[in-house]
Amino acid sequence: MIQGIPLEHFLVVSTIMFFIGVCGFIIRRNLITMLMAVELILNSVNINFVVFNRYLYPDQLQGQFFSLFIVGIAAAEASVAIALIINIYRKLKNIEVENVSELKF
Amino acid sequence: MNVFMFYLFSGIILICSLLTITTRRILRAAVYLLCVLLSTAGLYFMLNYQFMAAVQLTLYAGGIVVLIIFSILLTHHITHRFKHPDLVKLIMGVGTGVIGIGLVLATIFSNSFQPASVQELPVDMTVIGTQLLSTEKNGYVLPFELISILLLAAMIAAIVIAKKEKNKNTEI
Repeated sequence: MIQGIPLEHFLVVSTIMFFIGVCGFIIRRNLITMLMAVELILNSVNINFVVFNRYLYPDQLQGQFFSLFIVGIAAAEASVAIALIINIYRKLKNIEVENVSELKF
Repeated sequence: MNVFMFYLFSGIILICSLLTITTRRILRAAVYLLCVLLSTAGLYFMLNYQFMAAVQLTLYAGGIVVLIIFSILLTHHITHRFKHPDLVKLIMGVGTGVIGIGLVLATIFSNSFQPASVQELPVDMTVIGTQLLSTEKNGYVLPFELISILLLAAMIAAIVIAKKEKNKNTEI
């Protein structure tokens, strides 16, 4: 733990970052920007896991392992999402979310 | 010194994550996202999780951001700017954010967290590697295997989705 920094300050930072991500997911209409908002959300959750691990249970490593797994899942999700985005761009020539509804049956 | 560095990193994280979703140029948004991820790695270094910080630097800042920047360059004109979002959506998004931050912070500050006084476990590569592959208590071999299957599936899916379809007329 860091001397002089209480646990709550980390939680405030990660909370604000999480809701900035949620807000960006709602107001942006571009697929890549929405993907970046999702990365912000995942990153703030990682901070929470690691900080709880270090401050409350420093004799175990659960928080660190689960943030490692979250990073792996984020990488897999980003690669599939970008493959989809590039494929949508080939068909529609832009990647705004409104146009993606053309892919419906 | 530690306290100053913590507030510096937190400031960079908050300002850059706000800029990520408000800037109107998409390449700048990717660069601000990179700043957020780098300062998060700095926080992990301050908490003495060197391996976690290294994974954050290589996988997030090195891998995902480069992937995002490549896909931006493939799908956008570099001078492209977003339209302003319409007012209803803006109000709804900001309202959701403000209400959520208020609720969660009220919950956090109504609890008192007591930092544990037990001895800190030294986190070196030997401990991490042993625990990741052990089936005993504190072993994580099941999620490790699950995530390797997930990564394989994601890799195959990405190749299959992004593959160019063969033009059937030319085959005949």
